[in-house]
Amino acid sequence: MDNILEVKDLHVSFDTYGGEVKAVRGVSFDLKKGETLAIVGESGSGKSVTTRAIARLIPSPPGRIKEGEILLDGKDLAKLKEKQMQQIRGKEISTIFQDPMTSLNPTMKIGAQIMEGLIKHQKMSRSKAKERTIELLDLVGLPNAKDRVDQYPHQFSGGQRQRVVIAIALACNPKVLIADEPTTALDVTIQAQILELMKDIQKKTDSSIIFITHDLGVVANVADRVAVMYAGKIVEIGTVDEIFYNPKHPYTWGLLGSMPTLDNDEESLVAIPGSPPDMLNPPKGDAFAPRNEYALEIDNEMEPPMFKVSDTHYAATWLLHENAPKMEPPAAVKRRMKGFAASSDKKGDKR
Amino acid sequence: MSQEKLLEVTNLKQHFKTGRHSVVKAVDGITFDIYQGETFGLVGESGCGKSTTGRSIIRLYNATDGDVKFKGEDVHGKKSKAELKKFNQKMQMIFQDPYASLNPRMTVLDIIAEGLDVHGLTSNNAERKARVEDLLERVGLNKEHANRYPHEFSGGQRQRIGIARALAVDPEFIIADEPISALDVSIQAQVVNLLKDLQREHGYTYLFIAHDLSMVKYISDRIGVMYFGKMVELADSDELYKNPVHPYTKSLLSAIPLPDPDYERNRVRTSYDPAQHDSSEEPEFREIRPKHWVLCTTKEFEAYKLELND
Repeated sequence: MDNILEVKDLHVSFDTYGGEVKAVRGVSFDLKKGETLAIVGESGSGKSVTTRAIARLIPSPPGRIKEGEILLDGKDLAKLKEKQMQQIRGKEISTIFQDPMTSLNPTMKIGAQIMEGLIKHQKMSRSKAKERTIELLDLVGLPNAKDRVDQYPHQFSGGQRQRVVIAIALACNPKVLIADEPTTALDVTIQAQILELMKDIQKKTDSSIIFITHDLGVVANVADRVAVMYAGKIVEIGTVDEIFYNPKHPYTWGLLGSMPTLDNDEESLVAIPGSPPDMLNPPKGDAFAPRNEYALEIDNEMEPPMFKVSDTHYAATWLLHENAPKMEPPAAVKRRMKGFAASSDKKGDKR
Repeated sequence: MSQEKLLEVTNLKQHFKTGRHSVVKAVDGITFDIYQGETFGLVGESGCGKSTTGRSIIRLYNATDGDVKFKGEDVHGKKSKAELKKFNQKMQMIFQDPYASLNPRMTVLDIIAEGLDVHGLTSNNAERKARVEDLLERVGLNKEHANRYPHEFSGGQRQRIGIARALAVDPEFIIADEPISALDVSIQAQVVNLLKDLQREHGYTYLFIAHDLSMVKYISDRIGVMYFGKMVELADSDELYKNPVHPYTKSLLSAIPLPDPDYERNRVRTSYDPAQHDSSEEPEFREIRPKHWVLCTTKEFEAYKLELND
């Protein structure tokens, strides 16, 4: 498969009165055509900043892309002027934001908000654009699209608004769709519908999706590959099976362990102690070390490089070094890993 | 968990007038009990009335109809200020949004001590400060945090401040309205573990309102499922997840994404259509198995029983 997007050694910083906040510190990954890459991590891990940098939505000042390349079909977005970027945003890269309640303009009819992009990028006439808008609303599953184009956002429910936001994002058939926690504000039943919709549309349009979320259940549902971010870096990246069934990084262990499964019984959740580091002064060595019970001495001295686990699976932890002591993931995580395969068979029958 | 009832909710109704002729029946006649020392989970999608239920119980709203009894005493109805104060001390609430529920212009010390001041629980400043510092440590923060302002804290820390505020007046019953849905996964686990530890140490009773079903299952002893102002199913949490009876509960359970790619690939989602119900009579809340209640008509009751193989 071809890479549609390549991010190379991306650094993003914000200049504040307190000093330079290094939000993203060397992120590299690529995105293939038609695949979904999920980025997971806690708030403040830099996942949103990374994708906003890709769409060049970082306000500058205070933010700036310090270093790195963002190659979309070979064109480096990091070097483009705002005027040029406006030709790309909405057309080749579009974003679905988290909160459908605030990402629509409350004073504009939703039809007009969808048509905006069509008229600007595809130079459609108003009547043509309106036709296409109705098609799009049908595509995202809004009933009575013809009547609803002339309604205002407040006349829609949360799930419906998110469908409108998705329609806006899809209007110009973007190559890359960035979905920044698109379902976090929604109910589980609506979430399931929106996820199905996004997968469906992806199949039809063959677009690539970068999906940001902190819900690992959602990741398991939508992702082909997963990147786990911590303190502005990718600490583990691999296919969805590799990350869930064979995680290597202690942070990934912690994330998996802190999600209760429905069949787990009375045991304490594996909470990751403490909170993420202050990015004003990132700690020396491995940024996760202070919260990591598996930390080795070297973690306080030197940052671990990316170790290769398989062709598609990499993790940045010294535990993978050949001289590292053998460490087993926490029992709860291990049991999950083993239990997963077995329990999923059983449940598949039951439901 | 004892079998002593701490809270009895009987046929609680909460209607809101939205216009001259229209009424929203946010909560429409629900009945349940909460036992001393247990965690009762309330789930359902947004707009089903779960938060309204919590808010009516603590008298943030005046109930339209029905009874809420706390330790045998009616919470609603005419009350003098002194009587209300007594209730307010025994019942506390933790709110969903740790960003909006803390006054940004007050220090953490004053936020947490507000309840102490209202109820006159401390006699001098030193004691007040000591109490707050003790509370901060109990919820896993430092006592140095007392003089800071909310904006200096992360979401998880703010929620801890909210918890400390609720604990300050030494309550028995705590209503936690989506206390973790605004937090990160790893932080969610911290807060849930904290709530569980506090319960073990101090014997608090929780009403835990949430839409994250896997977390609710994890923390709750019993769970009630709400749909459009009615409670459709109520059972022990294991029983509810193993043998869901009401079609809405089933669809809700089938919609939860689990952190397991294999399972997700094979997941079949069932959708719920309220029209599928037998409309020949008004559904009632019936006990289908010991301690397992479901909203159904007589006909459905028989069908559900058959399905459970009892």
